[in-house]
Amino acid sequence: MKKSVALFLTLSLTLAFSGSVLAEEDTEATTEAVTEAVTEAASEETTEGTSEAAKSAEEKSEGVMTYAEYMDAELDTEVVIETYVQAKQSWWTDSETGKEQATFYTQDRDGAYFVYNLECSEEDYEKMVPGTKIKVTGYKAEWSGEVEIMDGTFEFVEGGDEYIAPAVDVTELLGTDELLDYQNQHVEFKGLTVEAQQDAEGNEVAFLYNYDGSGTDGDDLYFNVSLNGETYTFTVESYLCDNTTDVYNAVEELQVGDVIDAEGFLYWYEGVNPHITSVTVAE
Amino acid sequence: MRHGWKKAGILAAAAAASLGLLTGCHGSRQTAGFSAPEKFDESREYEIVFWAKNDTNKTQTDIYKKAIEDFQKLYPNITVNLKLYTDYGDIYNDVITNLSTGTTPNVCITYPDHIATYLTGNNTVVPLDGLMADERYGLGGSSLNFDSPSLEEMIPQFLEECSLNGQYYALPFMRSTEACYVNKTYVEALGYTLPETLTWDFIWEVSEAAMEQDAEGNFKVNGQNVLIPFLYKSTDNMMIQMLRQKGAGYSTEEGEIQIFNDTTKELLYTIAEHAESRAFSTFKISSYPANFLNAGQCLFAIDSTAGATWMGTDAPLLDISEESLVEFDTEVKMIPQFDPEHPQMISQGPSVCVFNKEDPQEVLASWLFAQYLLTNEVQIAYSQTEGYLPVTAKAQDSAEYQDYLSRAGEDNDLHYEVKIQASRLLLDHIEDTFTTPVFNGSTSLRNAAGQLIEEVTKSERRKQTVDETYMETLFQDVAALYHLDEAGLAKAQGEKQDLGPLPGTAVILLASLGAAWALILLALIWQRARKRR
Repeated sequence: MKKSVALFLTLSLTLAFSGSVLAEEDTEATTEAVTEAVTEAASEETTEGTSEAAKSAEEKSEGVMTYAEYMDAELDTEVVIETYVQAKQSWWTDSETGKEQATFYTQDRDGAYFVYNLECSEEDYEKMVPGTKIKVTGYKAEWSGEVEIMDGTFEFVEGGDEYIAPAVDVTELLGTDELLDYQNQHVEFKGLTVEAQQDAEGNEVAFLYNYDGSGTDGDDLYFNVSLNGETYTFTVESYLCDNTTDVYNAVEELQVGDVIDAEGFLYWYEGVNPHITSVTVAE
Repeated sequence: MRHGWKKAGILAAAAAASLGLLTGCHGSRQTAGFSAPEKFDESREYEIVFWAKNDTNKTQTDIYKKAIEDFQKLYPNITVNLKLYTDYGDIYNDVITNLSTGTTPNVCITYPDHIATYLTGNNTVVPLDGLMADERYGLGGSSLNFDSPSLEEMIPQFLEECSLNGQYYALPFMRSTEACYVNKTYVEALGYTLPETLTWDFIWEVSEAAMEQDAEGNFKVNGQNVLIPFLYKSTDNMMIQMLRQKGAGYSTEEGEIQIFNDTTKELLYTIAEHAESRAFSTFKISSYPANFLNAGQCLFAIDSTAGATWMGTDAPLLDISEESLVEFDTEVKMIPQFDPEHPQMISQGPSVCVFNKEDPQEVLASWLFAQYLLTNEVQIAYSQTEGYLPVTAKAQDSAEYQDYLSRAGEDNDLHYEVKIQASRLLLDHIEDTFTTPVFNGSTSLRNAAGQLIEEVTKSERRKQTVDETYMETLFQDVAALYHLDEAGLAKAQGEKQDLGPLPGTAVILLASLGAAWALILLALIWQRARKRR
């Protein structure tokens, strides 16, 4: 009964308002124009501010770890870092809890940080374009060899500069222990040969949907490449690069024996397992 | 080979929004209740969509494809379009998204817990009682173009798991349980003998004994600097089974939440103790138990029997490099028990449901395909891909399946010993299995059960204090996170609640609105009266 009364009264009020709203349309349009103008002005101010801050970009704020300190930190300890978004993997809402989370590949000028399931609204996720500086507080963890930050929260670094990490050529480090030093970084490989894999029917193929070919278009792509007689598995991670991206389509076009250059993030899963973002077949 | 890196479950915002729509059913497309046609119209063409789940296993996807191919030969007027998933959660989320727009698949692999949520929409999932009993098209029906099991040939416990509110809303497809995959070599090297039935005390004791390190910091038992003696894949199952074995509360059939009790707390303290020493960890925190087991870095790995092909030195599926693989004897044991004389273990595995559509003939075509998945051809082939068990006595008792079981260890592929032992474990203990009550909200409760273990484990690793205050806060936080608090649950169940007296501000607002409306009416009457004059 209470609900019905409230509903009736609210409805009547809404109807009463609707007439006056029509009359106020002009006023609203004016307000919108003013708001836009203010936003634009603010945006200009921010851009100017950014270039000023860039000069002190390597400085960490108080209480923030350097990359070296982060690497020295014990697993399962709280870490606080400042880093720059390099790529966004996925944003999702837990259907049971409503918790909004996202996973990011991030890097500063000294090293990289994989930030797994960071608490992040969809609105903020949209703002996290590559280069955006963020401060992350979370716990250092290791999962199948991948060192990451989990259970984290973040804030945008106001006035922070932008930084896009250049791809570091680690081709010569493939198969060496030194490669681990570049974990999660934006890297590139040159002159790799695409090796054959066998699908379930025993056919030689250049790539598989899922690690064993159990997937379909849209799933992760797995392809093997070799260098100096050693074979490595590379992945096009479908949350990072879905089947509409150039890299996904390029890998689907690969032929066994192709010599390729590839770029990506040096992810780890029981050994090196780069998440590839770009593939070019050598001429 | 890659078992799969840790992916977050992706859920589009739309799915969450749809869930809200679904519970209220406002704006969602309604379908009339299904009424079975008397005869299947074979003169018409049907196109049905089947959403299936595989364990990232190519053989399983091939079996689905072959089943479709064979079915289409029997029913050339039905085309089945397959969409593959590797995660139940993704199917659940996609179904929720599609329920509100009436674009659900026709047939879908599912968990009964999920069906409880789907049923919050009107006539979304077809009740199967009538179809199952139909003389012509039901189980073992006379007009079927294939050899279907009769109702009596369904394993009753497995079928019962698909019953909600007194009606069947799904057919079981495959069943599994959890098993403890043991590195027997290391357990014996520590001076222990594996008992016939593992107990929790035994596992904790051996796990702690395994933590002894040498002067260089390597663990004596494996000579490596990495060791997690006891790893559990699904902590929700861990808590559920522990509580069940203890006879402690989890939930009632009606959905009353009982998990936040003293036994739960007591179990969490024990788990915390071994998490602190690092003798115990979980999949979410560390990684797949199989990877650690196969690298000689785990003694007790608990995972589904449907994960048996990844377990052991000779496992046909491996995620770790050959160099990391360690030689050891693998023993497949029942999960640890508190009362070994009365073992209890969970029954799990995929079921299949049929979604309602406007056209009853289309639904009947869907039912025929769902039922085809129970034929011996599909049941036996699929069960052999992992440590699954067929859900029909017809398949279990068949000469083909019995021959398969008898050849355990003949090779490390189809007859991989660990896999067949895992299937046998369930086969020998069907009577000892149980499932948890299914209700709208049971998925959340299951997740909360696991979350409790994950949280105490993480907290101990992070050197946080786990005491009474911690436990109280943990219970409150987890209850709130999963909306298991009293009000949240009642809301989830759609119960009407007395919200008590209105707050003062609301009374004032309502009174003002009432007064305003009365004034408007008075003004109108006055205006009319003036016009008449």
